[in-house]
Amino acid sequence: METKTLFDKIWDSHVVESISNGPDVLYIDRHYIHEVTSPQAFAGLEKRGVPLARPDRTLATADHNIPTLNQDKPIQEKLSRLQVKTLTDNCNKYGVTLYGLNNPFNGIVHVIGTELGFTRPGMTIVCGDSHTSTHGAFGAVAFGIGTSEVEMVFATQCVLQPKPKKMRITINGKLQPGVTSKDIILYIISRISAGGATGYFVEYAGEAIRSLSMEARMTICNMSIEMGARGGLIAPDEVTFSYLKDKEFSPKGKEWQESLDKWKQLHSDDGAVFDKELTFDASSINPMITYGTNPGMGIAVNGNIPALNEIKESERSSFLKALDYMNFKPGMSLEGFPIDYVFLGSCTNGRIEDIRAFASMVKGKKKAPSVTAWIVPGSHQVEKQAVAEGLDKILEAAGFELRQPGCSACLAMNEDKIPAGKYAVSTSNRNFEGRQGPGSRTLLASPLTAAAAAITGKITNPAEFIS
Amino acid sequence: MAIEKFNILTSACVPLPTENVDTDQIIPARFLKATTRDGFGENLFRDWRYNKDNTPKPGFVLNNPLYKGDILVAGKNFGSGSSREHAAWAIYDYGFKAVVSSFFADIFKANALNNGLLPVQISPGFLKQIFSAVEENPSTQLQINLEKQTITLLSTGKYEKFDINPYKKSCLLNGYDDIDYLLSRKEKIMAFEKQNGK
Repeated sequence: METKTLFDKIWDSHVVESISNGPDVLYIDRHYIHEVTSPQAFAGLEKRGVPLARPDRTLATADHNIPTLNQDKPIQEKLSRLQVKTLTDNCNKYGVTLYGLNNPFNGIVHVIGTELGFTRPGMTIVCGDSHTSTHGAFGAVAFGIGTSEVEMVFATQCVLQPKPKKMRITINGKLQPGVTSKDIILYIISRISAGGATGYFVEYAGEAIRSLSMEARMTICNMSIEMGARGGLIAPDEVTFSYLKDKEFSPKGKEWQESLDKWKQLHSDDGAVFDKELTFDASSINPMITYGTNPGMGIAVNGNIPALNEIKESERSSFLKALDYMNFKPGMSLEGFPIDYVFLGSCTNGRIEDIRAFASMVKGKKKAPSVTAWIVPGSHQVEKQAVAEGLDKILEAAGFELRQPGCSACLAMNEDKIPAGKYAVSTSNRNFEGRQGPGSRTLLASPLTAAAAAITGKITNPAEFIS
Repeated sequence: MAIEKFNILTSACVPLPTENVDTDQIIPARFLKATTRDGFGENLFRDWRYNKDNTPKPGFVLNNPLYKGDILVAGKNFGSGSSREHAAWAIYDYGFKAVVSSFFADIFKANALNNGLLPVQISPGFLKQIFSAVEENPSTQLQINLEKQTITLLSTGKYEKFDINPYKKSCLLNGYDDIDYLLSRKEKIMAFEKQNGK
């Protein structure tokens, strides 16, 4: 019998037709949209005079461009206000469900889609956002697309896509205390580089991956794009099923049982062949932090920035350019380095478990006076849950406050900008130059590492902080 | 709706030897607030190109009058990061018709092709030769022949073949648009939906 990878099973069952010597016409089960990458696609649809094929498979939210304070008031910034209004008008016109500002289901597109059960195992999922790979945590083929492709899906519920190659990354063994899924993915990217998985769709496997919660799995799949992968996925299991049970849009009753039977078939067959296989040992992963201007430039929090002679000659000028931007020196240690800002949030680490982890670390302690901290829940549902668990009170007592949901300082399209030259320990996904505001300097890390930095005002190994 | 046809492009080029040029550098997020596709070229490489007070940074290649042309030549892993098609729009709107690098990020490559901007992937060695030739003589000409899938450094005659998906090649040569193609397959798509209970 032919053996197939999980990715093959899902992809192949969604191919409407293959163009000879060309891409596949791939059917899309779920299409998430937001205010930034959809307006030109709606305008294209309008110009062509064609209807939106499947509004029932489309879900919209406003997240990238919205303030995280005073959301009940009109958006101050004119262009942002217009973009959010354009989304609202388009959704009304084409009959797309929109969880806009102040809707109880509003939040970051990759947080709400999963927590509402709109994302399910075995689906093909796209969104005009590269972090669509997040949804792969449920055993779905999920990937980011450009605006022309958003228009394709609007018009036909399909995209034209060449089938990527397949890679499996296996993490064996058990994680050390203080090491989270964010550290796993930062470690992988630091090992294979920011372009190391370009052209591949990655399946994550192994004991360490299986041991993770859904929130933690989402963090890993989310950052697949940061090593260039088309997407990342994890085979669904009991953790997935119990997470999905009773979610807002999850199948109910008989349909749930039928779905479950199908979902249980979703795994790579024994002997399925991947184009590339990588294996890492969980016990060798430490809490990680990035020091440069791409997510592949990561080190253990208690490690050192590579010395110049450890960098390939062809890559030295880029390495030095990045260090110059960060104002770091080759070979230096980052532990104890003073920082200015801490950002907890984003589609990478803005879920309830991330807020729990942060709160557990700062409980009974005080925020360093030198640090400005922004704690931004990924959605209103996350915010509600945090309040229900009393996490807001723990945070408040330690000198932190919860802001309102949105993408916020991850890409700084709204007012939440890190000032030029300042250092931010951020739980988001990109440390590119100016990503968090012109001239800002980003150090990517886990919620635990971010919490430790918020308390001490310095880069701190969370593992030591716990003990 | 057609895209502009691409066949043979002969031009001087603009060298940007930086590696991992991400889409946040190509077009920073704060310029993504538009609701149309126009005008992004103005903010192409904004923070590398301009100071805070909007004066041009003289050291950046787009501000150097020596370098002109329709071809951008960049270091490896060009276009990594966000899926923003605005990056391709900005490069095209600025006036580039092709980007040459030794490695492209996937989403950027797809976005470029969907907008008639040709990504040309060449070997690291040939890229190095082009950078040296342009450094020596800024008016060095490159010729990209899509039909033959070749890129030639005209000063030396040295050329390389490059890969492009045959479907995408025919789209660019003829100015076809993917959405028109997909709309022409509508019946087949609807049959698929029916058959699979979608």
